[in-house]
Amino acid sequence: MLSLVVFLPALAALGLLTARSRPQLARWGFVAATATEVVLAAALWLTASGTGFRHEQRLSWIPGIGVSYHVGVDGISLALIAMTSVLFAACAVYSLRQQRAPATFAALMLALETTAIGVFAALDLIVFFLFFDLSLVLMYFVIAGWGHRDHRRAALHFFLYTFVGSLVLLLGFIGIAIAADPTTFDIAALIEQPPLRDAPVAGGFVLLAVGIGLAIKTPLVPLHTWLPPAHTEAPAVGSAILAGVLLKLGTYGFVRIALPILPDAWRRFALVFVILGVVSVLYGALVALAQSDVKRMIAYTSVNHMGYILLGLGTAGMIVGNTEPARQLAITGAATQMVSHGLITGALFLLAGVLYARAREYDMASFGGLAGVAPRYAGLMAVAAFAALGLPGFSGFIAEFHIFTGSLGVQPVATAVALLGVLLTAALFLRALHRLFLGERLLPGGVGRFDDVAARELVPVAALLALATVIGVLPRTLLGTLEPAAHTVAEWVTL
Amino acid sequence: MRSLTLVVPEAALLIGAVAALSTGMFLPRRRQWLTHGLAGVALLVAAVAALVAGLLTGSGTAQAAFHGTYHVDALLTTVRVVAPVAALGVLTMARREVRAHPRETEYAVLVLLATLGTVLLAGASDLLVLIAAYLLTGVPLYALAGFDKDHAGTESALKLALFGALAAAMMLLGVTAIFGLAGGTVYATLHEGLGDIPEGVVAGAAVFLLTGLLFEAGVVPAHFWVPDATAGAGVGVAALLTTVPKLGAVAAIHRLVANALPADVSVVVALLAAASMTLGNLAAFWQRGARRLLAYSTVSQVGYLLIAVAAAPLPEARDALAFYLAAYAVTNLGAFAVVAAVRGEWIDSYAGLVRRAPALAVSLVVCLLGLVGTPPTAVFVGKLTVFTAGVHAGLAWLVVLALANTVASVFYYLRWFAPAVFRRPAGEAGLSMNGWGAATAYAAAVLSLALGVGAGVVLG
Repeated sequence: MLSLVVFLPALAALGLLTARSRPQLARWGFVAATATEVVLAAALWLTASGTGFRHEQRLSWIPGIGVSYHVGVDGISLALIAMTSVLFAACAVYSLRQQRAPATFAALMLALETTAIGVFAALDLIVFFLFFDLSLVLMYFVIAGWGHRDHRRAALHFFLYTFVGSLVLLLGFIGIAIAADPTTFDIAALIEQPPLRDAPVAGGFVLLAVGIGLAIKTPLVPLHTWLPPAHTEAPAVGSAILAGVLLKLGTYGFVRIALPILPDAWRRFALVFVILGVVSVLYGALVALAQSDVKRMIAYTSVNHMGYILLGLGTAGMIVGNTEPARQLAITGAATQMVSHGLITGALFLLAGVLYARAREYDMASFGGLAGVAPRYAGLMAVAAFAALGLPGFSGFIAEFHIFTGSLGVQPVATAVALLGVLLTAALFLRALHRLFLGERLLPGGVGRFDDVAARELVPVAALLALATVIGVLPRTLLGTLEPAAHTVAEWVTL
Repeated sequence: MRSLTLVVPEAALLIGAVAALSTGMFLPRRRQWLTHGLAGVALLVAAVAALVAGLLTGSGTAQAAFHGTYHVDALLTTVRVVAPVAALGVLTMARREVRAHPRETEYAVLVLLATLGTVLLAGASDLLVLIAAYLLTGVPLYALAGFDKDHAGTESALKLALFGALAAAMMLLGVTAIFGLAGGTVYATLHEGLGDIPEGVVAGAAVFLLTGLLFEAGVVPAHFWVPDATAGAGVGVAALLTTVPKLGAVAAIHRLVANALPADVSVVVALLAAASMTLGNLAAFWQRGARRLLAYSTVSQVGYLLIAVAAAPLPEARDALAFYLAAYAVTNLGAFAVVAAVRGEWIDSYAGLVRRAPALAVSLVVCLLGLVGTPPTAVFVGKLTVFTAGVHAGLAWLVVLALANTVASVFYYLRWFAPAVFRRPAGEAGLSMNGWGAATAYAAAVLSLALGVGAGVVLG
């Protein structure tokens, strides 16, 4: 069942490659495949009962070095798989007007969906790594083939940077596997018996390698420099997937690998990750505030939002003594933030794409008074912006609230500083709304009119925002699944 | 008689060489390709016979032949299968170079003899057999290096021959010393005979003995011939020089360290491994020539291989070494085959290869990422098993150094394949590709991936 969910998009991709001469069929095939995937992900979620890893499947692969095809899900991976399938479906609908080689594009995106879901389902470090690495290659082609402006350069920068990061990650994985006795890459087995318990130096270096590899992907300041160009030059759906799903591969790696497999090292160096998290929060927000390019601004808010996740995960490693609830709160918050950020930032990037499709321009200074000509667009953008800045009633609030309550007790200073980030984000989103939608009507030179959003743009964005609202208003729908998993992760860190 | 049935693959190589030579004498020049066909058949027969023999006896047993001077075990089986396959790859990728060449027959014969030599090196369990095998491997290679009789080829042939003769002399000196100390040349007697001799004396003699093998394996400090010969000889010969003799030489070092010499020698091997992987990497960093880059990369690869030798007492180290040897041979050969196909000497000339010859560019990426050791290629499994064995043998420092070197090596491999994939071609649109080289490259890339994905079956 789980393997079907992982590989169905890839199979569909192969099918779509044969439909290259029939673009309309390819576009609708993309929608149908991603919709099926949403249904399957929902079925997976509903049939997953009990605790621990569920829907497990394990096939022997290279027993000599402890590599097997092992997949399985817990609450956190279930939620992320569901979020991924929804976001891809939204992107498929949004791409219904895709002009440039729609079949190839759909096939690439579907293959990308397989790699992302594969990472979330992997319970073997090598399987994890293979999907992780493949996602980079596919994303490179999405940016290089369908991006705009200086996209080739940005794609190359993105690929080389994250590829080197993935090799450092592999190094860390090899360190983990060799230290385990017997040698194994099985995540479940490694969590049972974490290696490197009594080797503080080796454990530190392995965490360093794993940490750098994941921090590049997440990204954490100062390893974030690939992100702004890649996001800005990618096509709208590419940015949505890159920010919404691929960044989560990094943070998910922390939850699935760094925390439970290297608990001692994580606890010892948790402060480093807290500091990096807070720096990312503030730096991301400040740089975003200084941008006048809408897409670049959203890209930097991603750095800011990922910072909160690391703040939560870091403090989870620092909480000492009998403070189980606080630790669990922080991890739940981090997991919620992953889902929430995926939905909201996905919506924001799709909306930024609407701007470019109309006017070939992202510069806020070139626009003004759009609320008058495109009221629905203004409404959607306002909702998305409020959701992103963490207003109560949206999923972002639930996430950040959990993280802050969880970490306030242990790290009052860091938490207080990170709270400033929320203020800055609020300021920058309000300013962006102000510049785009209010005041006198202004359009870039040569652009005569600005049409309001069409149905194929309205439906996916509205669906994503509706989900963010449902989570915000009825958080139990998501927390009911996340909390038990977060509880388990919290226990693994303390063991 | 039983001994003879054990060495059917070796016999196939020898008979193939003799048959090719005698057939070639009577063939007109345009039909000399027949000798290459004959050589190919001999190589295939040898590989298949070795594989069947290996499957029939199982991996755990070692069978002695010729009064214990030759041993057939899992390591030899690997070399007996891989070396002929690699030689077949060499003959294939060199087709274009040697077709209708005045010495076409000799090429095939020399390749067969060098392959036979490397197989004998891997199986030798007696110092005198070892010397004979060393010469049988080396002398055909000197001739092959100068095959084209051009400036660069002559230089590399001379360099090889001089260094080879020096190494042979030192090796003979070592054999003499050890014979004098231990009173025998069969490995089984050496182990007992060397027991009471002071360690320093034995270590000194062992270093002399190993020199020849280090030379053929291209290990620092006996690696000086590697870059010059690799860049100067024909592409096929370069691939042969950096692949086939390494198989036998490293296996021979392993057999000596594991069965004949005292345990202290493994410290020397560990130091050699560290020097080889580090210096090979450092020298490869700024190379602009594709073949020189590959040459230094092979020097560093042999350093990783020697980790398994340094961990020799562990049984898992032998299996790891066998797998890594196979993985390395296939992958390295693939990279050289791409060079043969594109006929580009400088790494700049590979820019935009993906547009001119997509499948070839993919093969290049697979082979170079394979040499880095990225899953799911074969070298990844090889490296991993070797490193694991190293850690279990208490060589954690060496494994950490190897990991650091692996990361560093990404840099120079990327310098080569990144422009091939990401940059636009430098001018000329078409590519007059060498089909034989390309076919070898595809086969090697596929084999490298298959060996990696199917490692479970192969290791089992």
